[in-house]
Amino acid sequence: MTTTLIANARLIDPETGTDRPGALLIDGDRIAALSDDPQGAGLSAATRIDAGGRCLAPGIVDIGVKVSEPGERHKESFGTAGLAAAAGGVTTMVTRPDTDPAIDTPEVLEFVARRANADSPVRVLPMAALTRARAGREMVEIGLLMDAGAVAFTDCDRVVTDTKVLSRCLTYARSLGALVIAHPQDPGLSAGAAATSGKVASLRGLPAVSPMAERMALDRDMALVEMTGARYHADQITSARALPALERAKRNGLDVTAGVSIHHLTLNELDIGDYRTFFKVKPPLRAEEDRQAMVAAVASGLIDVICSMHTPQDEESKRLPFEEAASGAVALETLLPAAMRLYQSGALDLPGLWRALSLNPARRLGLPQGRLATGAPADLVLFDPDAPFLLDRFKLRSKSKNTPFDGQRMEGRVLGTWVAGARVFEA
Amino acid sequence: MTFRQRHLLGIEHLGPDEITAILDLAQDYHRQNRSDDKHGTALAGLTQVNMFFENSTRTQASFELAGQRLGADVMSMQMQASSIKKGETLIDTALTLNAMRPDLLVVRHPQSGAVGLLAEKVECAVLNAGDGRHEHPTQALLDAATIRAAKGRLHRLTVAICGDIAHSRVARSNILLLNRMESRIRLIGPPTLIPAGAAEWGCEVYDDMREGLAGADVVMMLRLQKERMDGGFVPSEREYFYRYGLDAEKLAHAAPDAIVMHPGPMNRGVEIDGTLADDINRSVIRQQVEMGVAVRMAAMDLLARNLRASRAAA
Repeated sequence: MTTTLIANARLIDPETGTDRPGALLIDGDRIAALSDDPQGAGLSAATRIDAGGRCLAPGIVDIGVKVSEPGERHKESFGTAGLAAAAGGVTTMVTRPDTDPAIDTPEVLEFVARRANADSPVRVLPMAALTRARAGREMVEIGLLMDAGAVAFTDCDRVVTDTKVLSRCLTYARSLGALVIAHPQDPGLSAGAAATSGKVASLRGLPAVSPMAERMALDRDMALVEMTGARYHADQITSARALPALERAKRNGLDVTAGVSIHHLTLNELDIGDYRTFFKVKPPLRAEEDRQAMVAAVASGLIDVICSMHTPQDEESKRLPFEEAASGAVALETLLPAAMRLYQSGALDLPGLWRALSLNPARRLGLPQGRLATGAPADLVLFDPDAPFLLDRFKLRSKSKNTPFDGQRMEGRVLGTWVAGARVFEA
Repeated sequence: MTFRQRHLLGIEHLGPDEITAILDLAQDYHRQNRSDDKHGTALAGLTQVNMFFENSTRTQASFELAGQRLGADVMSMQMQASSIKKGETLIDTALTLNAMRPDLLVVRHPQSGAVGLLAEKVECAVLNAGDGRHEHPTQALLDAATIRAAKGRLHRLTVAICGDIAHSRVARSNILLLNRMESRIRLIGPPTLIPAGAAEWGCEVYDDMREGLAGADVVMMLRLQKERMDGGFVPSEREYFYRYGLDAEKLAHAAPDAIVMHPGPMNRGVEIDGTLADDINRSVIRQQVEMGVAVRMAAMDLLARNLRASRAAA
């Protein structure tokens, strides 16, 4: 029996919305007890860790991590992504199927899941494509893939343009209770766009897309969800104009949730500056007003989930003219420190932040994680929300180093990470 | 005389007494078809023309045999190969044919409502051998005759119809008939293959096959066309068989004496397990085929009687 007592901690529990001093006892792979006494009086354990008043929270559940296996192992592997996740306090990576080949059959999914479990120190839950080869034409074997362990179905940044195909996918998914994750961007309007339309993109002379492309696609998807009754999650809502559609859908009782990437909460289009391709993400960074609206939407609960949208790209695919450069940023390791900006600025308290980072994504996927409660899985992160550091991208554990935070001052360091009671990271 | 119809266009127009009249007469013909003298004279002197605008082997053969056994002159036309290729409209084809003075016209057409349209333009009796996704009345009648022979009744049975309900005229005719005969109907299939509003047809709808089969007396499987299993409506054949293919394990949820039916042609290993289809204790699939000839004889006999009566009155 392996027991660990983490004493003298600041316990952050999103489920009860509390931020209080206390102690937590791990027994095996579960949380065995919680105590309001920081010293954990009455709790005995084989190992005792003094947290020194630092924060202890449920591990982050990150929906939408790209691990470039199979196909692009030179960009990222389950091993390196898992190490980055552990160092970033991410205890569950919900991985994307936009690999090469796409994860669209139970055979490929099983292969990936086997590799993931062997190589990654944190939990990996794979998603599968919604349509074969993510081509938007034929649905995948949703039932067989669920049996093989697929937790959600998504074509990632490819939009199923044929509404008949999508409506059938949603209808079929509904009968199995499958969660469909979509990327609400009108593909026509957003084709070829490298930036958000407006003053900045125009001055830089970049092909741009109106944020309206997001609202249009979300409106369409909400109509299809209303028609089919499917379970739907928007991977990223990034613009203020899309929020009323989301709010309306939720008010009407549709089974809809939405996420936003940490980059759209902490950066804006001005950061692109002098064509810095590490700031090229999908959808493109928005105006400051949009960023503020997204932060407010997370605070109000309208946006449910914050994710890293971790997308490894090698130097070659980024060292290109802005238009040609690949989109995406690595973020497993920087998610927590970047999220601390929202805490430091007073926009969100820690329980509120952890609702979006851990509790809500876990709930959406039907997982028992995301809570500091007796009997819950001991997936935990211990961190210092105030510790400053200068980010050096070459110290990241990901194989790819394409972070927009390179050289920036960050606050918030992960000190320890536990998955199923086992310590997988120690600073 | 209980049977009042001039045409047999669908189950929709039939009363329970008319359905029973056809089934009773079919029972007689069923007996006759097993004897050494299969010849009757009910259609002697009459001309039966089969017009199939859509491929068919078994239904066409069944109608041909039925007409011949009743003494009619039978002619079958493969319409895909003929005038419609040359651009003739359906109504012109009907008028041309009408000029040849047929007495019974058996029509299959890929468009819903086309057989009814044709019936308005001709002076003979028209039998619908399947129009689009609309109706296939003789199939429903032969299914009913088979159920009645196996179960002794048509009322208060629980009948599960499984598979591609949305594209099935067989399902529509069966639902109408079984509703009229006061049986309880369950529709089972992936929601992509269940037509909108099906729950308002007086049916219970299930997307879990085991739940839908629980306690069923009759399990009616439908054919799923290959092109619909390729990711459009259903992800794949193997997922379809896994969720909706009838095998011994799923059938165990039905009543212990439940019978298994299929309108044919079967996709073994897709909608039905091959061994089960051949199990003479459960499967009545061959009885359905046999009953088909008898039911078509009965339907044509009754229509011919009404035709002769109306001509005599004129």
